[in-house]
Amino acid sequence: MTKILLEVLITGLLLGGLYALISVGLSLQYGVARILNISHGEFIMLGAMTTWTLYTGLGINPLVSLAICGPLALASGFLIHKTLFRRLLASSASPAIFESNSMLAAFGLMFILQNIALIIWRADTRAYSYLSIPVHFLGTLFGANRLLTFGITMVIGLAFYLFLSLTRTGKAIRAAAQDPATAGLMGVNINHMLALCFGLGAAMAAVAGVLISMCYSVNAVMGLEYTVIAIIVVVLGGLGSIPGSFLGGFILGLVGSVVTFLEPGLALVAYYVIFIILLLIRPTGLLGR
Amino acid sequence: MKPGNRNLQRLWGPGLAVVILALLATFPLYASAYGIILVTDILMFVILALSWALFSAPTGYISLAPAAFFGVGIYTSAILGRQLPLPLVVFLGGLISFSLALLVGALTLRLRGIYFAMFTFGLVELIKHFWLWYEIKFTGTRGRFVVVVDQRTIYLIMFTIFVLLLLTTYLIRRSRLGLALRSIGECEEAAAHIGVNVNALKTVTFALSAIFMGAAGSVIAARWTYVDPYIAFNPLYSFMAVLMAIFGGIGNPYGPILGAVIFAYLEEVLLTRFPYYYMLIFGTVLIITVLYLPEGLIGLIMKIRKRLAGGQDALA
Repeated sequence: MTKILLEVLITGLLLGGLYALISVGLSLQYGVARILNISHGEFIMLGAMTTWTLYTGLGINPLVSLAICGPLALASGFLIHKTLFRRLLASSASPAIFESNSMLAAFGLMFILQNIALIIWRADTRAYSYLSIPVHFLGTLFGANRLLTFGITMVIGLAFYLFLSLTRTGKAIRAAAQDPATAGLMGVNINHMLALCFGLGAAMAAVAGVLISMCYSVNAVMGLEYTVIAIIVVVLGGLGSIPGSFLGGFILGLVGSVVTFLEPGLALVAYYVIFIILLLIRPTGLLGR
Repeated sequence: MKPGNRNLQRLWGPGLAVVILALLATFPLYASAYGIILVTDILMFVILALSWALFSAPTGYISLAPAAFFGVGIYTSAILGRQLPLPLVVFLGGLISFSLALLVGALTLRLRGIYFAMFTFGLVELIKHFWLWYEIKFTGTRGRFVVVVDQRTIYLIMFTIFVLLLLTTYLIRRSRLGLALRSIGECEEAAAHIGVNVNALKTVTFALSAIFMGAAGSVIAARWTYVDPYIAFNPLYSFMAVLMAIFGGIGNPYGPILGAVIFAYLEEVLLTRFPYYYMLIFGTVLIITVLYLPEGLIGLIMKIRKRLAGGQDALA
């Protein structure tokens, strides 16, 4: 019994790590750039599908794909913000109008990216096997790929946290999140920072996509499901809070693995129930301001 | 300009509306089978977009729940369609959607802005996954067959719902209710302070708009023959309703109608001619609309008309 319990718990934590990484990017985009990026999952999908193509087509190691997809997504996110969202920011009369307009634009982006992916990869489900060697861990068996992705997730999360709290750019991002107008007066190049945050969010999504493709099967329409999970996690942890995203990710991962163990069909329903209850009692999230 | 001319101009709009409604009412008498199917589809999207705008346009709350109420209507039809006549099923579909919206609205309309949008989006997915689990667990199958009804009957019921929705939209806009709703959109705190019962009003209007979405779902299900939770609770219907309304312009009820007619027709053409690029075009139009047409097509038309009228006055 304890063995099963331990297995369920560890599965939940491993899943939670991935959820956390997915959500940090979305949280950054919403917390700083005020964009509820519905197309977030599409960047995850692009990362995953690119990795699959590189691995099965050219034999490139998924770990190398991390270094390819991350910077590529960073650059495209940066450019998308500089062209699309910056123009929207200039034309919107109030922050509330920008929030709804940018959400609609992100919907548009989602349709475009998904359609492009469908043209390239069609709707077939793909998978490859990488490092799926069983490893003994705390008395139960786990795939080496799962443990590796968890390790990478934690390293990226920690590195990002240190980047935000220790570097000069990190400080500028935090200032821009707190009060864009004042930060601008203090010499922070706001438009640059917002675009950087959007790009970083996209990069994290792509990296998460690479990691997901190492453990699960992937396809061109998987994006929305992950977007929804990211939104739930972010609301759970508090919009714009990085530690909140990690806390929320782990909670949701644990709930997911426990409910899957008890009643497999209800995992997604459980996520939504938590999401709705939380929105009703504490819409600012567990660690939100 | 002479005053008589002005009066004539004022009659022009309603006159055109009456002619179009008369043409639509007699449509099954002379249209081809394909024509009836196409116009039924267009009317369905008009109903979705216009009923979305009924609540969301004046208040500024972006609801992504249309697919939830639409789907409830579809399933009402799938479950009760065998035993009851279609008009009664449609009425029940509207009623069940209304009750669900009343409950949901009372619980959640305290949420503002982006939170409300996320909640309503979650609602569609929650109902879909719950129903999926329920069907597999308790009925052992996924999906149901719906009793097929004559195309003309479906068309006429859809048209009746559309007329009722037009009437409701018109009456609400003209009444104190409409004014109160607009005051919520302008500034909710101020509206509450002047004595508007903000929460009750939002909830009732939200539920009212759900009736038409549910009813439209109940009718169209009779044509689809087979439904399952993925078909019935497809979030695309929420996005479509929002997109069509915003594309047409939500400052004026003609906006969502215009947007839905153009978009539904485009969808038909695009889906048959470019099935692989359909979403690409859809997304591009959405982004262009948000960027360059913040007040939608109607806003653009009004701007052009104002400029033309201004030019005439200046000449006179």
